[in-house]
Amino acid sequence: MKTSFDLKSSLQENRLFLSRSIVLILLVSLLFLALIFRLAYLQIETHEKYTDLAQNNRVKLSPISPIRGLIFDTNGQVLAENNPSYSLELIPEQIKDMPGTIKRLAELLPISKGEIDLFEKRRKQHKRFASTALRNRLNDNEVAAFSAHRHLFPGVEIQARPLRNYPFAELTSHVVGYVGAINEKELKILNLVNYRGSRFIGKTGVEKAYEDLLHGSVGYQQTENTAQGRAIKVLNHTPPLSGRDLTLNLDIQLQKVAYDALGDHTGTVVAIDTRTGAVRALVSKPGFNANLFAQGINQTSYTALRTSKKRPLFNRVTHGQYPPGSTLKPFLGLAGLEYETIKPNQRIMCPGFYQLPKREHKYRDWKRGGHGLTNLHDSIVQSCDVYFYMLAHELKIDRMHNFLRRFGFGQKTNIDLMGEKTGLLPSREWKKRARNQVWYPGETLIAGIGQGFNLTTPLQLAHATAILANRGSAYQPSLLAKIDNETMPLKLTEPVNLNNPAHWDNIHNAMYDVVNGARGTARSIKIGAPYKISGKTGTAQVFSVKQDEKYDEKNVSEHLKDHALFIAFAPAEKPQLAIAVIVENGGHGGSVAAPIARAVFDQYIDVSP
Amino acid sequence: MNWVFQKNQRAGHYHQRRGGLLQRIHIDITLLILLLSLSSIGLLILMSSGQDDIGLLERQITRLSIAFFAMLIVAQIPPHVLKMFAPWLFLLGTLLLLGVLFMGDIGKGAQRWLDVGFFKFQPSELLKLATPMMVAWYLAERRLPPSIKHIAFATIFIAIPTVLIAKQPDLGTAILIASSGLAVLFLAGISWRIIGGVIVAIGGLAPVLWSLMKEYQKQRVLTFLNPEDDPLGAGYHIIQSKIAIGSGGINGKGWMNGSQARLEFLPESSTDFIFAVFSEEFGLIGCIGLLTIYLLIFFRAIYISIQAQDTFSRLLAGSLSLTFFIYLLVNVGMVTGILPVVGVPLPLVSYGGTSMVTLLIGFGILMSIHTHRKLLTP
Repeated sequence: MKTSFDLKSSLQENRLFLSRSIVLILLVSLLFLALIFRLAYLQIETHEKYTDLAQNNRVKLSPISPIRGLIFDTNGQVLAENNPSYSLELIPEQIKDMPGTIKRLAELLPISKGEIDLFEKRRKQHKRFASTALRNRLNDNEVAAFSAHRHLFPGVEIQARPLRNYPFAELTSHVVGYVGAINEKELKILNLVNYRGSRFIGKTGVEKAYEDLLHGSVGYQQTENTAQGRAIKVLNHTPPLSGRDLTLNLDIQLQKVAYDALGDHTGTVVAIDTRTGAVRALVSKPGFNANLFAQGINQTSYTALRTSKKRPLFNRVTHGQYPPGSTLKPFLGLAGLEYETIKPNQRIMCPGFYQLPKREHKYRDWKRGGHGLTNLHDSIVQSCDVYFYMLAHELKIDRMHNFLRRFGFGQKTNIDLMGEKTGLLPSREWKKRARNQVWYPGETLIAGIGQGFNLTTPLQLAHATAILANRGSAYQPSLLAKIDNETMPLKLTEPVNLNNPAHWDNIHNAMYDVVNGARGTARSIKIGAPYKISGKTGTAQVFSVKQDEKYDEKNVSEHLKDHALFIAFAPAEKPQLAIAVIVENGGHGGSVAAPIARAVFDQYIDVSP
Repeated sequence: MNWVFQKNQRAGHYHQRRGGLLQRIHIDITLLILLLSLSSIGLLILMSSGQDDIGLLERQITRLSIAFFAMLIVAQIPPHVLKMFAPWLFLLGTLLLLGVLFMGDIGKGAQRWLDVGFFKFQPSELLKLATPMMVAWYLAERRLPPSIKHIAFATIFIAIPTVLIAKQPDLGTAILIASSGLAVLFLAGISWRIIGGVIVAIGGLAPVLWSLMKEYQKQRVLTFLNPEDDPLGAGYHIIQSKIAIGSGGINGKGWMNGSQARLEFLPESSTDFIFAVFSEEFGLIGCIGLLTIYLLIFFRAIYISIQAQDTFSRLLAGSLSLTFFIYLLVNVGMVTGILPVVGVPLPLVSYGGTSMVTLLIGFGILMSIHTHRKLLTP
């Protein structure tokens, strides 16, 4: 029974297979005829046309890459330019004996092993007929040395190409960024037609964010060539369209002051003009020499940069996320006033610790003996922790979250740089979603002094400070000021409107006394300033101290030391500039971070009436 | 006495007369002669396009020898053994492909290659054979024509390597692998209604996909479909290639006399665009001759598949035959400017490529299928 079924079905299968095979044979024969017809069309019907073209086929079309737009600072100082540079380039297709040619070239010019390796790597990525650089930045003597022996090297040429240069190198490495050779990943998403002939593309910073504007459009050149392929006459020329020149809001003098003020510390300085949102200084230290990338960085230098403990390639301003520590207190104080959980002059007792009702655990103040009876003003001026434990406990985490969010915490500022991080503004809902855990009351207390889950980017902190300085009006932080001569419009964002605008004064007064009061935590920086600064210090814990244990600065290793923070704006009565300073493992905000802000203000604040 | 020999003694009049020895060493002489003549023509063109570069010629001859040797070795393996290994080869190939994808990500630039110490190897080559083997293995165990469920599974087997390879990105190879698998499905008797339905569905989905694409992706597709938009990239190749072919005329300019290729107007003249060099030098007559050799190879291969005795062999042989022709179609279509530019070499003629080895191993499988038959008729 089984056999007969198998036989029958196998017979059926045979028939099916045969019929399908016949269909395939017919299909293939048809396609075969189609190919023949196509060939006959090309070789009989249009034969004459193509014969003409072949005889005149001395014409070569080549791309002319556009000149990349320049980048200026707000005062017209050049931050990124194109310098002419001579490179030694090889066209693999025209070179019969590649190793021999390279060897002979190395006898003529200094060529390092690294350069040869880089060339071999690039050669594999390029088409065989594409010109590939073996050495960049030849000096005049080297150009002369090669030119004299040029006839011995078919397929080798000296090309004058513009090379991107960053006059301020380390100083602008994170904000201006750099260009580098186009890689395979970028090739996949590029408009290939427009990038024919382009070798570089913006990789980071403004160079990347405004790649479209800076690059320009490709041009073409039709040349009549000799049979050996040398151009003898230009027949047609479509000029490329140069990239647009960009003027940034950045003030390179201010940037330099901020950079120098950081000294040997690792950290960031962000300065935003409160009246416009213009980013005047954006420093992430350590920086790196961006020119290395534009010139084609070798593996050793790249590895050194990438593996360096201080992470120079990391843009801390937009990508670094730090606990804001006590710098969050002015904002939380404002929240307390707005939700009416506190009154401006209401005092509480600070015994040096805080306990949740019916709990043993002591949440400690940084000051061992406590601040005694203290109100909101004094708690900001002296940075009392206990006051803010109490405040946070009454506000609850969700109201804290909702209020701080209005100042831009926990979300991107939408600055015109790529890849900005959001920081973290914790809430009940966030903890459920991200960790699938319930919120504990103790975590609210820790959040009340800007520790715990709270994370902000330095840029967010400066942005929030600007909003605070402005009494609520908010501008999106922006780097771009002008495209060619066209000024960019101001970007207003959702303002923070208080139920009682007088609350702004409470906080402003407190921040004023942080610097100008007799007991302010940053009182040291007021000396000799011809204008008034308002600010708030912060010290963010990296290392957690156990219950009843004392944080001993001397016994904690360098990378676990506290981060020093300072936010400030000036002049206090009519703010122009808001600053956020973070010094990694710097210790105390008042002594380390605040003087840096002072230096920046000194450079920027216009005291003339 | 040898087992195969005994079988053959009892077996065929046809093969006995045609050459008992050849069958014993598992060679199909018709295929062998056709393949050898094709490679010889290839070497002749290479002499012209390679501009008398002896090194180039020597390397090609070495590769051809290795490939032919591999073909003869594979021909010794009986089809039932191939069938047994099919799923394992497929699994191995897929794992290697994943490996290349992840490791390649670290190294960048070289996502297709796996360095196995003494030689480099492209897992996608393995899958060119393993994919049709896998689908044939799977369907051979099922009742044909296949049910919807079996079609669905077979489609998954095809989709896995296709997607992985398209991601590399190697569109040409992805197309070849997809069509080799689909060919098996077609031969297995998938109903015309489904074929029609799929075609209609693709036609209907295309506008939806288009509207979902990003601007640069749309631009890519347009350049792909109309290379003349990109006069410095694919467009340049096509224009130069058409000039070379068209100026060849009916009789051609004669061997070594093609000005376009010689003057280096034609890029990739030894590899993907070698057919243009041939057309310029040998004209339409030469082209018809060359294409006829390809057609004859296809006919011989499909004849082998019709003669095959079990479902697995049949499906696999049919698929290998069709894939071979698709190679030719895609390459010549590209060079003559009727199909988009995807990097597919002209089989057995283009310079280089591990693809030659794979292709000839495929023919080794065909030879094995043909020479391992049990002939029952006296």
